Amino acid sequence: MPRPFLALAYQFQWSVLWTSPYLGWLLQGVLTTLTLALLGWLLAAALGAVFGAVRTAPSRVLRSLGATYVEFFRNVPLLVWMFLWYFGVPQVLPSPVQDWLNRHNGEFVAAVAALGVYHGARIAEVVRAGIQSIPATQLEAALSTGLTVSQAYRLVLVPIALRLIVPPLTNESLNLLKNSSLALTISVAETTFMTRQIESYTARGFEALTAGTLIYLGLCLGVSAAMARVERRVAIPGLIVRGGGVAH
Amino acid sequence: MTLDFGVIADNWRFLLVQGLLGIGAFGGGTLALAVPTIVLAFLLGIGIALGRLSAQPWLYYPASLYVQVIRGVPLVMVVFWFWFFIPIAVGVPLPQYWVALAAFVVFEAAYLGEIIRAGIQSVPRGQVEAAQATGLRYTTTMRHVVLPQAVRNMLPSLVTQFIILVKDTSLASIIGYMDLTKAAQTVNQREIRPFELYLFIAVVYWLLTYGMSLGSRALERRTSTGVTGRVATVASS
Repeated sequence: MPRPFLALAYQFQWSVLWTSPYLGWLLQGVLTTLTLALLGWLLAAALGAVFGAVRTAPSRVLRSLGATYVEFFRNVPLLVWMFLWYFGVPQVLPSPVQDWLNRHNGEFVAAVAALGVYHGARIAEVVRAGIQSIPATQLEAALSTGLTVSQAYRLVLVPIALRLIVPPLTNESLNLLKNSSLALTISVAETTFMTRQIESYTARGFEALTAGTLIYLGLCLGVSAAMARVERRVAIPGLIVRGGGVAH
Repeated sequence: MTLDFGVIADNWRFLLVQGLLGIGAFGGGTLALAVPTIVLAFLLGIGIALGRLSAQPWLYYPASLYVQVIRGVPLVMVVFWFWFFIPIAVGVPLPQYWVALAAFVVFEAAYLGEIIRAGIQSVPRGQVEAAQATGLRYTTTMRHVVLPQAVRNMLPSLVTQFIILVKDTSLASIIGYMDLTKAAQTVNQREIRPFELYLFIAVVYWLLTYGMSLGSRALERRTSTGVTGRVATVASS
């Protein structure tokens, strides 16, 4: 008997997506993805701001410290960081901490750490480029008003750089959001994990994957739109060329 | 728990020869997957970029839609799509290698396409006009005039994307392909030494990607010295 072509071999049953409990699973997955990405982003932004600033510091020791962090953490696959943080790191922690992690969603903590540290290194590069695009006279002016170097960074350079780097930062934030899907490998129940779970419970792979794909597309569009608003709000008049070539 | 790096001494051969190179009973290999992916994704990326630059709506819109959709979706999702879809489309399940290769090529081509498009757009318009004035056809102009210059301009972003691609191949382990990451998982099931093993492969990946970025910096220095003069002359004239 000739094999039917593609879709004919497959009976669609879209209703699984809005039947209980599968709809609830999807919503839970989206919520977990958002929490995970948000916490990971906060950690990454903090690490990125500090190490990005440090990479432009006058002190050679500080600069090489920043470079070491960036080069090591961004050159190793995120998946390996997930495994290292989830399976590896607890092995070298004291056992009370291990117990605490086991009782408190250790996999979620590990995923936040992996996302934060990996994307922190990538955001540090964005921040560094932002600071380096500020004319050196800004630092000199800040120092001449009596600010210390760390004050000049904290109060002048980093705030200006953060406003300059919104487009590439948006790009990186979207990468972080999409990469949060890797947390499924250490069994964090985020969107992709739930998609897979629905597929294995119902054998409706096409519908489940379509739902997951549309969810990510929607989230990415939402973040882009929100960041475009932020970009307009914080743009420094006269400094940013709209739609310019900052992000490649 | 104390660390014992003896596990690396016992298993490095399996991790590197089998996992990294793909020589051994399991097939597999990070490099055996990464190198063909780079070549094929680059070729598909050129097609996508030309589509995105085309004046023909039937080329421009599909290429743009392709790029927008792929760039809005995680790579894992694309891998699962192929993992699910290929058996339905082909009728038989293919080995993990082909599934991973197809998924990575389709995914990375969207990113490479955007880099190539930017590179092509960076070539001054006058170059195309000059080429056409000498009577070259579209394909000849692209192949001998525009693309060689565009590749030089986009080299840094291109190598960055290749580095990302090498790291991305670790995702093939999710569908069971025996790459470096899967090799470490396999050894770990027997040895239960996750910290030592994952740290070791982290260092191997690091050496691989950091080596690539050093190589690209050297390449940039080499190609840029020959070119800056020319592009500056063309741009200023």
